Parts: sequence; structure tokens; C-alpha cells
Amino acid sequence: MPGARQSSGSGNSGAGRGGVHGERPVTALLFGAAAASVLCVAAIFGFLAWFSLPLLSEGQLGAVLSWHWRPTSGEFGILPMAVGSLLLASSAMLLAYPLGLGLCCFVHGLGPVQPSVDLGRPLMGLVRLMTSVPTVVYGLASVFLLVPLIRGGFSGSGFSWLAAALTLAVLVLPTIVLVIDSQLRQTGPELRLTAAALGLTRAQELLHLTLPLSARGLKAAAVLGFGRAVGDTLVPLMLAGNAAQVPHTPLDPLRTLTAHIALVVATDSQSAAYNSLFACGLILFLVTLAVNLGLRRIRAAQPSGGSHV
Amino acid sequence: MQSVRKGLIPAVLTLALALAFGPAQAADLDAFAGKSGKIDIAGGTAHIPVMKEAAKRIMQKSSGIRITVAGGGSGVGVQKVGEGLVDIGNTGRALTEAEVAKYGLKSYAFAIDGVAAGVHPKNPVANLTQAQVQDIFAGKIANWKAVGGRDAAIHLYTRDEASGTREVFWEIMLKKGQIAPGANVVASNGAMKSALAGDADGIGYVSIGHIDQSIKAPTLDGVAPTQDNAKGGKYPVLRKLYMNTKGEPKGLVADFISYIQGPEGAAITASDGYIPTR
Repeated sequence: MPGARQSSGSGNSGAGRGGVHGERPVTALLFGAAAASVLCVAAIFGFLAWFSLPLLSEGQLGAVLSWHWRPTSGEFGILPMAVGSLLLASSAMLLAYPLGLGLCCFVHGLGPVQPSVDLGRPLMGLVRLMTSVPTVVYGLASVFLLVPLIRGGFSGSGFSWLAAALTLAVLVLPTIVLVIDSQLRQTGPELRLTAAALGLTRAQELLHLTLPLSARGLKAAAVLGFGRAVGDTLVPLMLAGNAAQVPHTPLDPLRTLTAHIALVVATDSQSAAYNSLFACGLILFLVTLAVNLGLRRIRAAQPSGGSHV
Repeated sequence: MQSVRKGLIPAVLTLALALAFGPAQAADLDAFAGKSGKIDIAGGTAHIPVMKEAAKRIMQKSSGIRITVAGGGSGVGVQKVGEGLVDIGNTGRALTEAEVAKYGLKSYAFAIDGVAAGVHPKNPVANLTQAQVQDIFAGKIANWKAVGGRDAAIHLYTRDEASGTREVFWEIMLKKGQIAPGANVVASNGAMKSALAGDADGIGYVSIGHIDQSIKAPTLDGVAPTQDNAKGGKYPVLRKLYMNTKGEPKGLVADFISYIQGPEGAAITASDGYIPTR
């Protein structure tokens, strides 16, 4: 970031007076846009906090932070949903991350090297295509293909943690692959000459130089992928079974915070069940915030990727 | 040539409608003749087929009237009409006192709908007692063998708490008993139907209007869950479908509500599988 600011500063001084005149409104416009975005986020946070306030002031916090969701008997515990969100997102990442990393390694050196059998281009094209598949299509396909398979092959109704985790893994795969790939593309060429001079093969170069120096991108991919997984609504809503309980096996149904909000938002807007949704929103918002702050820490720790080579 | 064609289409349509529905219907629709304006409707999903058919007929009668019909569920219906975003908010349940107090809403019932337990069409179980249904949904009976089916675990499906269908099933069929916490939750009557149609060991519940060959409804204590039995009072698990307005309805909205509650609205309601209240 500091580097970028410096270079734009030197560009300004070289542009002359006419350039400065023309840039002022543009700068103001861009600043306005940035300020509006920041204000939006702040407003959302304020809105969630404001609407969660009744829960805190009326002593309903205990009711929200409990393990039982039984609105008809006055219990509005959202902890099973918080656990469900974390379990589902982590398991989906556990499946998708090694797969994504493996795919990137295959494309960037571990796969066939000869240009005649270049599988990298079609593979990455496919991954980019996957980003444009709507979530609901994955959900629908899984309801009719994956769920009966799990129901027949194992036990239970098929609508389960497992079904949602597998589908969610497919959903977050492109995010992981594209972030890692762009990092490797950036780091790789800077090292190629050095690696070749040392007599390293492409595979050795990737494993011993490129990957270790791409740690920042690898972490960013994990954080972004996790954020995507924890925020998705439709896949858990359609596939996870939505039982408001902590699952004991991957074949049990679970309910995520996102699916919970989608299910309960249509209830009587004067009820305590409805008000508890704002606490769900607040938790989700805080998780996303934590993920983003984590991402910033990673960036701050290593300000420039491959400059010390 | 073109003006002739323009005049011809409405004429033919009117003739076709008149032939199809007879003079009574024309009298009903006459309330809308020459009027113009807009009615926005949202809320309960069970209402949609009735609302859409009525809207179509009214808009064909009077080209100056626009009627939009959206879903969202009973809770959304209350919120939208209460905040003045739509003219009519539909609910598949009676309003709560808090809702009436906050928004000053008026309710108009137009149909009665039954709710029945549903299973996969190949499930051999033909009858369930109310006590058996209660035990199954509470998780006390966990195998189909206990109620005369094959030896297989029962897969429970239920609806979200916003569902009017769930409310009536829980209050009347389950007598406000517990629903096992491990039951799968689906978000609409349609989703319930496709879940049950795909799961040979599943049991759930749907609006009677939604029962067709893709799912089977076992008899309840020997009474088949049909709209006829519901009408005659033999089948007990019933609810009303309501249209709600903020304050007294006026003008076009009042016309629309009396049309739905009138004889032609009743005919549309009946043809969509519900029992008209009139």
C-alpha cells in the first residue's frame, strides 16, 4: 500500500498544473465513493447493534446465547446455529483448500511441463467458469443428485452436514484457486531466472521457492474462501436439513446462521424470535469483520511479496 | 385493418369469457368496468394461485387496472401492508394482537384450507391415528415398522416457524406437542412436496391443496384428508386464508376484496383446491 501511494504522488507532480486542475473533481468523486462505502458498512453495523439492543437491555441475552431454539416455549438460543456455521464452513474449507492448492500446483509446475500438453489453460478456464455458476444451481443439482446418493449410500434423509459441506466446497473452490493462482503468477516469473540458474526443475522451483514466498497469497485464499463459505445462505438452506441442533455425525442435519435468518425472517415481526435475528446478523457481521481484520494483518506482516529475492 | 384487429381481440376474449363463465361472472366483474388504478399484493404463498387468477380476469375486463401479486410468506405480508408498501398483505394465519395493535390492520378471510401429513407414494402405510402422528413428530416412534410400514428409520420433515401451515399442524394435529429437534426444516409447501416425493422413508405435512400423485396422504383415524371432508367437518386440521388491509379498504382495493369474497372469487378459490368461506 505505501508503495502505491508513493508512485501516484510522483505521477501527480509530473502531470503539471492542467492535470491537477482536472483531477480535483475526480479525486473528490472518488473520495465521496469511498466515504459512502465506509458509511454504509458503519450504518449496517450501527443498525444491527441498535436492533440487538432490546435483547441486551431486556435481559434476553441469556435466552439468545443458549443451546435450544424453541420459539414456542420462549427459547431463542442461536448457539447451535453459530456452531453449525463454523462447522460447515471449516469442513468445506478442509475439503476445498487442499484441492485448490493441489490444482494450482499442478498448473504451476507439478503437472506436465511440455507446452504440447498444457492442461493449465483449460483447467483455469473451467475454474473461472465455475465462478459464474449461480449458487442455486449447485443447490438444485445437489438436491436431486447428491442427497439421494447420501441417503442411499449411508443412512438418514440425505439432507445433512455432509451434503452441504461437499457442495459448499465446490462453491468456494474457484475463490481459493483464483487467489492462489494470481499470487503464483505474480511471484513465479520473478524467480524463474534465478531458479533456472541454480539448475532447479519447475517442480523444485515451485515447492522450494515460489510456494514459500507466496505465503501471503496462500493465507489470503484461506481467509477469503472461509468468508465465502461462512456467508453462503442458499447451499445450507437447501441441503443441510436446517435442524436447529449441533450435529453429532456428518450425516446429521445442521442449521447455519445464514439459513436461520432466511427461515425466521418471515415470522411475526413483533415476536422475540424475529428480534433474535439481529443478534444472528451481528454475529455474522463480527465473524466477517474478524476475517477481514485477519486478512489485513496478513498483508501488514509482509508488505511486499517477493522484493527480497 | 389494424383498428379492426385491435377491436376484435377484446371482443373475442369477452365472448369467450362470457361463454365460459356465464352471466353471473360478468355481473361480478362489472364493478371494475371503466375503472383504473393499481393494486399491489404480497404475502402468504398459498393465496397466490387465487390472487393471480382473479387479477388476470380483472385486468382483462378493465385495461386501466394493474394488479401485482408477490409472495414472501405470511410475516412478509403483515410487514409490507403495515408499512404501506402494498395494498393487501396475505396471511395463512390469523393476525396476532400485537400486529393488529401496531399497524391497525383489518382481516378478510376468503378460504379454508386443510393441512395433512404426507408420505412418499410408495410408503405402504395407509392410515395413521392422531396419536401416532404426534409420536412420530415427537421422535417417540422412529421406525416405520411400529406403524405397519417397512423396517426403516423415519425421516422427519417440518416447516419453519413463519409457516402458517406449520402453525395449524402443530396446534391442531400435534396439540402443541414437541417436534423432534433433529427434524429437517424446509421453507415452503413446494419444497416439502419435493422432499417427500424424493424420500421413501420421509414424513411431513402440506396444505391439502398441494396434495397430488407425487405424494401420498395417509388417512387420519380413517378420514381421508380431502377438501370435501374438511368442508363437512370430518377432517379437523384446518386454517383460514386471509387478506389484510391497513385500515378500512377503499376504492379499488375494496372492490377487489369483495370480488374475491363474492361468488366468482369463491369459484376461483374452489378450483384451486381450497374451500371458499361463503
